[in-house]
Amino acid sequence: MRGLVQEFVVRDYGGVKGGVVHAVSGVSFDVWPGETLGIVGETGSGKSTLARSVLQAPRPKEGTVVFRGADLVTLRGSRLLQARRHLQMVFQDPFGSLDPKWKVRDLVAEPLIAYRVGDRAARRHRVDQVLELVGLDPAAHGDRRPRELSGGQAQRVAIARALAIEPAMIICDEPVSSLDVLIQAQVLNLFERLRAELGLSYLFIAHDLALVKQVSDRVAVMYLGKLCEVGPGEEVYRQPLHPYTRALLDSVPGSTTALATKTIRGEPPSPVHPPSGCRFRTRCPRAEQRCADEEPAMRELAAGHSVACHFPLVPAADTQARSEEKIGDTPR
Amino acid sequence: MNTVSGPLLEVENLKVSFPGRRGELRAVNGMSYSLYSQQTLAIVGESGSGKTVSCRALMGLLPQAAVVTGSVRFAGAELLGLTDDEMRRHRGTNLAMVFQDPSRSLNPTMKVGNQIAEAVRVHRRVSKAEAREQAIELLRLVHIPVPGRRFHEYPHQLSGGMRQRIMIAIALACRPKLLIADEATTALDVTTQAQIMELLLELRAELGMTLMLISHDLGLARSCADEVIVMYAGQIVEQASTPQLFTHVRMPYTEALFEAIPRLERPAHSPLPVIGGRPPDLSALPVGCSFAPRCRRAADDCRTTAPPLAEHEPGHRWACWHPCGDGDPNLWTLRCCRCAAWSRSSWSGTMAG
Repeated sequence: MRGLVQEFVVRDYGGVKGGVVHAVSGVSFDVWPGETLGIVGETGSGKSTLARSVLQAPRPKEGTVVFRGADLVTLRGSRLLQARRHLQMVFQDPFGSLDPKWKVRDLVAEPLIAYRVGDRAARRHRVDQVLELVGLDPAAHGDRRPRELSGGQAQRVAIARALAIEPAMIICDEPVSSLDVLIQAQVLNLFERLRAELGLSYLFIAHDLALVKQVSDRVAVMYLGKLCEVGPGEEVYRQPLHPYTRALLDSVPGSTTALATKTIRGEPPSPVHPPSGCRFRTRCPRAEQRCADEEPAMRELAAGHSVACHFPLVPAADTQARSEEKIGDTPR
Repeated sequence: MNTVSGPLLEVENLKVSFPGRRGELRAVNGMSYSLYSQQTLAIVGESGSGKTVSCRALMGLLPQAAVVTGSVRFAGAELLGLTDDEMRRHRGTNLAMVFQDPSRSLNPTMKVGNQIAEAVRVHRRVSKAEAREQAIELLRLVHIPVPGRRFHEYPHQLSGGMRQRIMIAIALACRPKLLIADEATTALDVTTQAQIMELLLELRAELGMTLMLISHDLGLARSCADEVIVMYAGQIVEQASTPQLFTHVRMPYTEALFEAIPRLERPAHSPLPVIGGRPPDLSALPVGCSFAPRCRRAADDCRTTAPPLAEHEPGHRWACWHPCGDGDPNLWTLRCCRCAAWSRSSWSGTMAG
C-alpha cells in the first residue's frame, strides 16, 4: 500500500446568503500504512467534516485526497466507488447508522453485495468470519436486530460491516463516545487488535485527549478548521508546542494539573467569520499583533512534530516555568 | 436551618422501583449516605446504575409510576412522602438541580433572562422589575459577559457552555443550599467543561452551597469532589473520600472502572484491562453480589450472599467479600504500572461481551 496524502485547501459550505462556514481550511496530513492518526479538537472544529471530506461525502471544495495513488477528488462514479472500497467509516452512534429492521447478518453482508463480492455461500462465510473477528458469535448474534444488541455489541456490528470488504483504512468518527467506560475499553482493545492483525490504518477522531493518545501513533490537534499541531502522540502530550494544545491538556479532569486555574477563557469564534491571522489568537494568552496580521504556517520544530504558531511554547525552560507556576496556585 | 448540626442531607435505605410487564424494575436498591454542609459529593457509575434516578427521587421528580421507599431527610426534615405543594417549597430554595442537556431543558421560545426571572418569581413574591434585576444579577454571578444584553437573547443564540451557565443561574435563583449537577458537563467540550466546573466550585465557596455531582467520569470526580460514591446496579458499592478512594481502591468494580479509562499517562497502543459481561438486568438481579458474574475475584460466597455495605476502614465503605489490595497500600500505583505489561492474550478471552 502506498502512503496516503490528503490535502484540503478551504472547504466551504456556501450558498447560504450571510456567510460561508469555513469548516475545514487548508488541512494537510498523511497517514501511513498500519498507522493511526488521531485527530482531536472541540465541537465545531471541523473534525467530522474533515473525515467526511476524505470519503468525498460531500466532496471538498478544494484540495486533493490521494489514497493509494488515486486522487479521490477527481474520480467520479464507479471509479470513485472502487477507489473508496478500501476506505471505510465507523460512526459515533451505532444505532443511528444501522438499519433497525435488518438482521446483523444482512447488515454485515450489505457492503459485500454492494461490491459484488463472491457468491452467496462465500459471502455468508465472510460474514461469519468478520463477526468472529470482532468478538460476536455468528450463531447467537447473526439473526438479531440492532435493538436486541447492547451499545458495545452494536458498535462491533458497525465495525464488522466496515471490515467486511477488507479495507486498508478505517475512518472512525467518535466511535466510542456513546459507550460506557467498560464497553469503551473493550471496543478500543478491539481496534488495537484489528490493527495488529490486519495491518489497518485508522483516522481516529475524538474529542477525548486521553482516548486519542491511547490508540494513536501520531496526533493532530484541530482548532476552528485548521490543524495547529501534529506530532507523535507521546511528544504532543509531553511537550505540547501550541498554546491551544496546552490549554486542552490542562482542561482534562483528573490530570496532574487538576482543574487548572489557567483554563482558557471564552469560546471558539464563529467559523463563519474566523479571526484573521492565527485563528486561536482571540483566546490565546501569548497572542501579539503579529498573530492578527500574519497566519502562522505549519513548521517542523522537532522530528515529525510540527506546529502552526508564531510563538510556540519553547521547550525545556518554558515548560518548567509553567509547571512551577501551577504548583504555586493549587486549585481550591 | 443552618443551625441544625449533623448532615445536611441524610438518605436512608432509599429504594426506587418501577412496576413493569416483566416484573418490577429495581432501579435503586437501598442507598444510604449522608452529605454534610459545604461538601462536594460525586456519584459515579455506568449508565443504568441508578445515579440519576436516585437524585431525581431526592428532588421528587420521578414519574408517578415510580415506587419510592426509604427516608430522605434534608436538614432534619423528611422529604419523601411530601405532597407536590410541600415539595415545591423545598425545591429551588433548599435543593436545586442542573440537568445534562441545557438545550433540552431551556424553553426555546423564551428569552433566557425571562426564564431566570420566572424561576425567581415562582419562589419569591417580587415584582417583575425586581425579578428582572435579580436575573441580571444572576447572569453576572455565572460570569456571562454583558448580562444586560444577554438577558434578551434566546437559547439558540447561545453556545452550549453559555446555556449551561443559564441553567446554573436558574438553579441558583433562590440560592439553594444543595445543588445537584446531573452530568452537567458531559455534553460540553473539555475546555468548556473545565470552565463550568470552575464556576460551580467557585459558587460553592461563594454561596456556601453543598454540591452533588452526578457523573460517569471518574476523572471529574477526582479533581472536583471531596467524597465519591460508586454505584453499580442501583447500589452503593464503594464510598470514600476522594484521596482515599483514588489511592486505596477496595471494590473490584471500582478498580475495573479505573483501569478501563484511557489515561494520558498510559503508553499508546497498550491494551486496556477490561472485564467482560454487562450490568445485570435490573428486573432480575442475581441473588448474591450483583457484580459477581463479572468479577475476577468472585468466589462461591459472592454468588450466594450479597455483601453488605459497611465501613471497613474509617471513612471508607465498601460492599465486597474479597476486596482488592488487602494489606497492600500501594496497590493502585502498582496496578497502574502493571497494566501496560498485561498481555493481550490474557484479555482476549473476556472480549466477547
